[in-house]
Amino acid sequence: MGNLIEIKGVTHAYKTRAGPFPVLDNLNIAVPEGSFCAVVGPSGCGKSTLTRLIAGLMFPDQGEVWLHGERVKSPRKTVGMAFQNPVLLEWRTILKNVMLPLEIVAPTMPRARKEARARALLAMVGLEGFEHKRPSELSGGMRQRASLCRALVHKPDVIILDEPFGALDAFTREDLWQTMHELRVKEPVTAVLITHDLRESVYLGDQVVVLSGRPATTQYVMPIDMPGPRPLEMLYSAESVERLAELRQQIRIAQGRDGQEGRA
Amino acid sequence: MIRINWQKILVPLIAMAILLLFWEWLVWYKGWRPFQMAAPSQLWPAYQRHEALFWQYGWQTLWRTVAGLAIAVVVGTLLGMIMGLSRIMNDALYPILVGFNAIPKATVVPVIALMFIGQHDFNTVLMAFLISFFPIAVSVAIGLSTLEPEYRDILRSLGASRFTVFWKIALPKTLPEFFGALKVAATLAFIGTNLVEIITPHGRGLGHLFQSAQTNSDFPLMFAVLIALAILGIFLYYIVIALERIFAGWAERQPS
Repeated sequence: MGNLIEIKGVTHAYKTRAGPFPVLDNLNIAVPEGSFCAVVGPSGCGKSTLTRLIAGLMFPDQGEVWLHGERVKSPRKTVGMAFQNPVLLEWRTILKNVMLPLEIVAPTMPRARKEARARALLAMVGLEGFEHKRPSELSGGMRQRASLCRALVHKPDVIILDEPFGALDAFTREDLWQTMHELRVKEPVTAVLITHDLRESVYLGDQVVVLSGRPATTQYVMPIDMPGPRPLEMLYSAESVERLAELRQQIRIAQGRDGQEGRA
Repeated sequence: MIRINWQKILVPLIAMAILLLFWEWLVWYKGWRPFQMAAPSQLWPAYQRHEALFWQYGWQTLWRTVAGLAIAVVVGTLLGMIMGLSRIMNDALYPILVGFNAIPKATVVPVIALMFIGQHDFNTVLMAFLISFFPIAVSVAIGLSTLEPEYRDILRSLGASRFTVFWKIALPKTLPEFFGALKVAATLAFIGTNLVEIITPHGRGLGHLFQSAQTNSDFPLMFAVLIALAILGIFLYYIVIALERIFAGWAERQPS
């Protein structure tokens, strides 16, 4: 299988009054079709810029972003997004929130089909019976589940997940990790998952990319060859512990703190 | 079944009755004549003497207020959209609006009256509009400019146009702020209408009836007009509340 997402030598700087502010520097990432790529790195290293580049909401100064063998030049209907803030629309029911992307992507699709699709997804994430609730009536974890459904409802090739579980408590987060694995079985999709949580990156990612500090470059890539859906116990295996230690070390290097132990 | 909360109804009624009785007693005790002060018992007869005028003028005051308010909604929303969506326009227009809003509107009445002599309906509607568009413009501008970027991105990433983002997300999201401002604006427009009706000579509307009652030191009529104005104001306010329930009822917190 080929690479569905290819980020080749991407360099980007924001223009500020004080001059260019570089955020990405010769970044390279390749994500094979159907696989999950977890991206970790120190905070403020340009991870969110990366999501906007893949979504076609921004364009890099140098380098190229390719999706499905096509260079990204504008937003595409084949992308879904979910953020740390679920950004559900308070005036719509959960069902209608999930249907929103279909109104843009497939305006001619009969309403009944849109609704059936949204209901099926909601059932997959355990939100059956909550279709007609408003977002304010749901817990944070349930809102995030609905947000995932919205990202998937139009059967995108790629979903961009920008710390979607970041604001949840530890137990809810682990529940959602498992939901994510279950969803992958039923709704195969290629994903870029931005996260701060190394355990999350190891549990959900088929590869973990460590970005260096700003400007971010690809510092380290760790393949995780383990078929899904993965049991949560996987995180406690000796292999995972070793991986987490290695990633931890890589993050320290990215933060520029390596070798400073005992001196601080 | 709806349970009637008698306490909610009876307590305010009793309080109002006590206030009216005290007022009646005060006028009787002081021996005030109708050209000095009115007693509550004189208000209904005053209304009946001029019943036709009350309805005719009341209608005039109402439609001018609503017309001014309607223009304020259209212009205020447009201004708010321009300011909320464009940083440059916001920087350009905001100081002008604040400056204009700071002018006491009573001083604008003679200016308008002089500019459009005799155009009483026009002047009144214009004033109702001028005094009430500001809160609408500001609330819409703030509602639009504080839209979190993620809301935009979920639709923009699918290739939706700016207009679609505005129509599906930005506009409904500002509705609660809009109705908050509309409640203030409705009261203000009412003030604007009455200002013109009272200040300009040979006017019409309840403000004019009030003015002629004052000329005759007819206190019962003056108070009767004030109460008619209060009823109109409350009527307008609750219409706005009803519209809010319909269009922005989702923003109300469910009791839990």
